[in-house]
Amino acid sequence: MSINIEQFHSVFFDESDEHLDDMEQLLMSLDVESPDPEELNSIFRAAHSIKGGSGIFGFDALMNLTHVMENLLDKARNNELSITAAIVNVLLETLDVLKDTLNAYRDETPVPEDSIAERITILNGVINAQTSDIAIDASVESSNAIEDMPNEGAQDDGFGFFDDDLNGSVSVSDDGFGFFDDEPVNEEVIQDETTQKNAEGDDGFGFFDETLSANQINTALETQSSNEAQSASAQSDTTSTSNDVKALKSGAASTSTQTSTPPKPSAKKGTARESASIRVDTTKIDAMVNLVGELVITQSMLSMIGQDVEGQVGERLQLAIDELQRNTREIQESVMSMRMLPLTATFNRFPRLVRDLAGKLGKQVELVLQGGSTEIDKSLIEKIVDPLTHLVRNSIDHGIESPEKRVAAGKPEKGTVILSAEQKGGSIIISIIDDGGGLHRDKILDKARSNGLAVSDDMPDSEVWQLIFQAGFSTAEAITDVSGRGVGMDVVRRNIESIGGRIDIESSAGEGSAFFIHLPLTLAIVDGMCVSVGKQIFVIPLLNIIESFQPTKQQIKTLGNDTVLYIRDQYWPLVPLYDFMEVEDAALSPTEGIVVLLESSKKRFGVLVDALVGQQQVVIKSLEEHYRKVAGIAGATIMGDGKVALIIDADSIATTYTSNQIEELVS
Amino acid sequence: MSETALHQAVTGGQDKEYLSFVLGDEHYALDITTVKEIRGYEQVTKIANAPAFIKGVINLRGDIVPIVDLRIKFNVGEATYNAFTIVIMLNIQERIVGIVVDGVSDVIRLSEEQVLPPPEFGVAFDSRYLHGLADVDENMIILVNIESLITSEELGLVAPESVKDDA
Repeated sequence: MSINIEQFHSVFFDESDEHLDDMEQLLMSLDVESPDPEELNSIFRAAHSIKGGSGIFGFDALMNLTHVMENLLDKARNNELSITAAIVNVLLETLDVLKDTLNAYRDETPVPEDSIAERITILNGVINAQTSDIAIDASVESSNAIEDMPNEGAQDDGFGFFDDDLNGSVSVSDDGFGFFDDEPVNEEVIQDETTQKNAEGDDGFGFFDETLSANQINTALETQSSNEAQSASAQSDTTSTSNDVKALKSGAASTSTQTSTPPKPSAKKGTARESASIRVDTTKIDAMVNLVGELVITQSMLSMIGQDVEGQVGERLQLAIDELQRNTREIQESVMSMRMLPLTATFNRFPRLVRDLAGKLGKQVELVLQGGSTEIDKSLIEKIVDPLTHLVRNSIDHGIESPEKRVAAGKPEKGTVILSAEQKGGSIIISIIDDGGGLHRDKILDKARSNGLAVSDDMPDSEVWQLIFQAGFSTAEAITDVSGRGVGMDVVRRNIESIGGRIDIESSAGEGSAFFIHLPLTLAIVDGMCVSVGKQIFVIPLLNIIESFQPTKQQIKTLGNDTVLYIRDQYWPLVPLYDFMEVEDAALSPTEGIVVLLESSKKRFGVLVDALVGQQQVVIKSLEEHYRKVAGIAGATIMGDGKVALIIDADSIATTYTSNQIEELVS
Repeated sequence: MSETALHQAVTGGQDKEYLSFVLGDEHYALDITTVKEIRGYEQVTKIANAPAFIKGVINLRGDIVPIVDLRIKFNVGEATYNAFTIVIMLNIQERIVGIVVDGVSDVIRLSEEQVLPPPEFGVAFDSRYLHGLADVDENMIILVNIESLITSEELGLVAPESVKDDA
């Protein structure tokens, strides 16, 4: 039976990513003075799992490096090596190399051999430097181990799981024993797999481990390997395999009474996590979201029909429909929540970034994370990482001042950056707040003028701050003397807008600045205001709406052939939706209809509609799937009566309407 | 179906099946493998800035599907909409498109030999969308190359590479 092992690659990559993230978080939170043995164990386990997997899939470079790293961690958790801040740094840097290597394998690009070799040397240096003095009073085994390590890393491919712990013994050549001995431990987990897969030796064994991939197995293995470690140290003269097996057995047996701390609790933890979540392809969830959308529509059709049924049957039908309505709503909510993930994972990458950057810039920065449990759509999470990283870097680079400056300004030496998330109604607000120097209004205005932008000195602050999102507006020159880095704020804003969000800035000189990112909860559903124009219904996303009102005659002015709106002490462009959408039989005069003030990231304007119909959540359907993109329309949705309503794209209306008007003038 | 057509249908090896439909007084047919379903005309949601023959979009069990009125496109018959107006839903290159016709008549089976070329000139109908002509029961059936028609830039159903307003 042949197994195409490549199909498991993506699982391995995903898991290794998770392991690397776990390691990073654990390393960051590790108390160097008195490291928690359980945490060290967790870090070790993560490295161990990556090594095992990479060995099986033949990612040698990855395996070699994790192998050395694991050796170091093994020493640390066995108290043969004391963790220092320097070692944590080395390990963190190694994680970066591991991430690069993993990505290289994933993208099938050449692996960074040089940096891997360099890391291996550095790690070995750390191990040797520290263990040499301990080695004197330690058993012969440990010094053996040191000599063995570098070679072994390069040599062994297959078994990956045990060798490091068995350093003292003669190399573990018997693959069968690993499999054999392991099986009973995992019996209930791999039972059915065993019958199917017809495992052969180490390959089969490794295969199990990856397919099941569960923490359960890893922890089981862990139990195993620490048993082995003990048995190996007990057995000073390991030469024959049969001895090994015996030793392992006795070792395994003895640990149960010996109560060496790690295996038991970790095994328990592993099982708990295993049952707590499963990995599901997102396309499956998307398909389900679609189906539930259909269900909601069918249900509202039923309710409409139900209203026409009279008499006793009608009453009973109505009751049943009400029940159905409740159930569908609950199904919809729970399906939508499947796509939602907490921001914790995203937030957790920032302590590291802040630590590194602050160190590099010679600043003292404390990062406060709040509301990491706020949940947001998975597709949004992936897209918010880059803009968020950029903003946090900006806050530290340009926002927080140097310790000297801070003291001079009467602030505590240590700057604070608060990264927080909260849900407000239908949107998520992620804010990045620093207590640094704030934005410099004058410098921004100067820069804007030199860039040829139309600005005036009495512009409101909020508009001045928006200027930094202009393309080619180097934050470095405009705000501080520190040099800027790569991506501009215009890219940040574009990224946020591309996922239906917007960004606001508040800042006061000397006290700090705050960036607020408003995001929709999900991309699949939008909170909208349904408006009618003629006989057609349009949906305007609530995110864009400032207010709606019935204009008085005094508020409507004409400028040439165009109508403008005077409200809030400003003149607003007015886009009649009937004109833009080519709808007949609509209210033509603004005073007969309703004006909805819209705010897109680019423009603010009013649209004229006939009437407001009501507010509701709508499922966004693509218009491009069977048709094509239409100016001014973000998508379509299906209303309760089964009819299609178009969803307004405020940005697109603003840009299209302006360019249309210009064209009209030219022609 | 006539006796001869039936006979040919049974004996012919390379026969293809066509769905014939009526636009005004003319008989058309299209490759039946592209047909997804046939349904009655229902109220559409109009789309702005679209040519007149694109009536709008409808909800086909959760898919937002455009509806094209071939009567307007081919300039035959009268574009009236009543209880008997028929929409043929097509499945072309993973897209779903509905076409409005006056009526669906038959499924016909034609061999390659029965498909005759159109006259070389004097016909305004765009040859790109014309597969050929066939005579069935003394009616001329116009075989439409529906796939190239639906995906054509002219129809504007599929987004062109560069969006131009010169149409």
